[in-house]
Amino acid sequence: MSNPDTLTNSKTAQGPLVEARGLSHERDGRTVMAIGDWQLQPGAHALLLGPSGSGKTTFINIVTGLLTPSHGAISVAGEVMSALPPVARDGLRRRTIGLVFQTLRLIPALSVTDNLALAQQLALGHVDRAAIAGMIDRVGLSHRAAARPRQLSQGEGQRAAIARALITRPRLVVADEPTSALDDANAARMIDLMFDVADATGATLLVATHDGRIAPRFANRLNLMAPVAA
Amino acid sequence: MIGLSLAYLRDRGLNTALNILLLALSVASLVILLLFSSQLENRFDRDAQGVDMVVGAKGSPLQLILSSVYHVDIPTGNVPLETVDLLRRQLGVAEAIPLALGDSFRSFRIVGTEPAYPALLGASLADGRMFAAKMEAVIGADVAARTGANLGQRFVGGHGMSSGEDGPRHEETPFIVVGRLQPTGTVIDRLILTRVDSVWEVHGIERPDAHHDDESEAEHEAHAGAAEVTAVLVRFGSPIAAVRLPGFINRQTNLQAAVPAVEVSRLLALVGVGLDAVRAFAVLLMLTAGLSIFVALLTALKEREGDMAMLRVIGASRAAIIGQVASEGLILASAGAALGLLLGHGVIGMAAASIEQLRALGLNALAFHPGEALIVAAALGIGLIAALIPALRVLKTDIAETLANAR
Ligand SMILES: Nc1ncnc2c1ncn2[C@@H]1O[C@H](COP(=O)(O)OP(=O)(O)O)[C@@H](O)[C@H]1O
Ligand SMILES: [Mg+2]
Repeated sequence: MSNPDTLTNSKTAQGPLVEARGLSHERDGRTVMAIGDWQLQPGAHALLLGPSGSGKTTFINIVTGLLTPSHGAISVAGEVMSALPPVARDGLRRRTIGLVFQTLRLIPALSVTDNLALAQQLALGHVDRAAIAGMIDRVGLSHRAAARPRQLSQGEGQRAAIARALITRPRLVVADEPTSALDDANAARMIDLMFDVADATGATLLVATHDGRIAPRFANRLNLMAPVAA
Repeated sequence: MIGLSLAYLRDRGLNTALNILLLALSVASLVILLLFSSQLENRFDRDAQGVDMVVGAKGSPLQLILSSVYHVDIPTGNVPLETVDLLRRQLGVAEAIPLALGDSFRSFRIVGTEPAYPALLGASLADGRMFAAKMEAVIGADVAARTGANLGQRFVGGHGMSSGEDGPRHEETPFIVVGRLQPTGTVIDRLILTRVDSVWEVHGIERPDAHHDDESEAEHEAHAGAAEVTAVLVRFGSPIAAVRLPGFINRQTNLQAAVPAVEVSRLLALVGVGLDAVRAFAVLLMLTAGLSIFVALLTALKEREGDMAMLRVIGASRAAIIGQVASEGLILASAGAALGLLLGHGVIGMAAASIEQLRALGLNALAFHPGEALIVAAALGIGLIAALIPALRVLKTDIAETLANAR
């Protein structure tokens, strides 16, 4: 059990980007996620590795403020996410976190460019066309900028999804199972691209996966154990 | 977010177009009904102002009213000129104005009458003077505008009153325009007024056995000959006359008396039943359109639950999500309402342009009725409600759950 006040005191640019203190979560009286104390330092891309059901998504949802942990606290960029009211959580998430979903979740009715513009509008309140063009160029999609998501190949869709997560210049990029549905080549390319774009924009990656193939790519790993059968 | 709404609408273009069309059709039918019935009733009232009773030949009372008050049907026949004096002598009759019909000029009816007739309908001269001598004519505002006739212009009447081609011309007896009336918004705008004996003059020269082949029997009989008039418009001075006279005339003479108010309300009641049925149908159509928009948005939002959750997670507020969905419904509804208004007025305009009788009744596509605002408001309200119900449903769902489950 940690005191949220000690966490707020560590609100400095050099402090950890994500900090968990005595963090665990119970569902129906069963502990579904137990991480305890853990820190993610800026720039130290981390992999959250564990079998299915080990609580990775639960942890991600707590980090992004969609779920309130039953024990402990989590802070993001120096603010105690788990202690904030919903509207403030939305604000903190909007300002500091970019998300890459396993099923991409690009808006099918909008072009790649407009998907990025919408994300920018929602997160920053304005649209920077030059930055969007630059980002699309960086992920190698310039020739597909006007295409709709359903016209993209799987690889192109991933690039677009990464571009959208990073166009808001978040300090933290969270990805839940970004490679689980991909073949080896695509999985490797996805991780390459995420490292590349994150380093270029100064973002730190937090990737949750059960996919052992990408484990060697991360120096910073947090292993979760399979839940004990009840 | 409006841009997103438009993108979603464009993305399911066919569905969007169908919903807009459905709503537009319902709005258009309601607008057409509203304009048609209000303009018609309004016109009926104005044309019949001051006319308490019409006396003419036996026949259909409605036909008598339509032909002599509204100038749309052919007359029932003629009555002797003495009828006018007879009526004037009756107690309680304030005014009796003869009408002699039968000829027309470029489909505008020539009416033999007295200066009291334009006075009754509140028409005043724009220029020139009232007809006084034989063959002098005063023309209504529409006649002046459409024929371009100036003061001093001579013209010959054609035999017959049906629209389109005039019958044989009475070349030997030209009329001369001595005055032009100001627009009144009544039937008089479309009439050419002259003295009763001018009409006789035209036909007095004509040989009695000169039959016109293209003339129907009724039309021939209706044609005002010497010392006959087609109908007499009567204004009562006392309510007693209104009670006594029509019945007396119909029972005791071989004339017919008809009361415009009675015939018009009978006609409107008859038409009204039909209009009510169409109106009910149009309201049903609007509800159907609303339901269709509701279903379209509901299914679209079900497919988009994941999108919505994602938008929430990347920074869209609840209000923004509701606003986005609501704007989708409102955009559909506004497009439907705008198209419906355009369509409604367009149909009225086309009907007025292509059907002479409707134009004669003063159907006007450019006139707006306050009730139209209500129709538009109803359409927008339906669109908004159809959008808000599914929007609120989306907001109730748990974002983390939706993100985990929705594909
Ligand atoms: N909405 C939920 N209701 C009940 N149990 C849940 C729910 N979400 C996750 N769990 C349980 O929590 C545990 C951890 O799930 P999760 O965090 O999704 O694991 P992972 O992402 O590592 O596969 C699992 O045992 C799962 O059954
Ligand atoms: Mg998971």
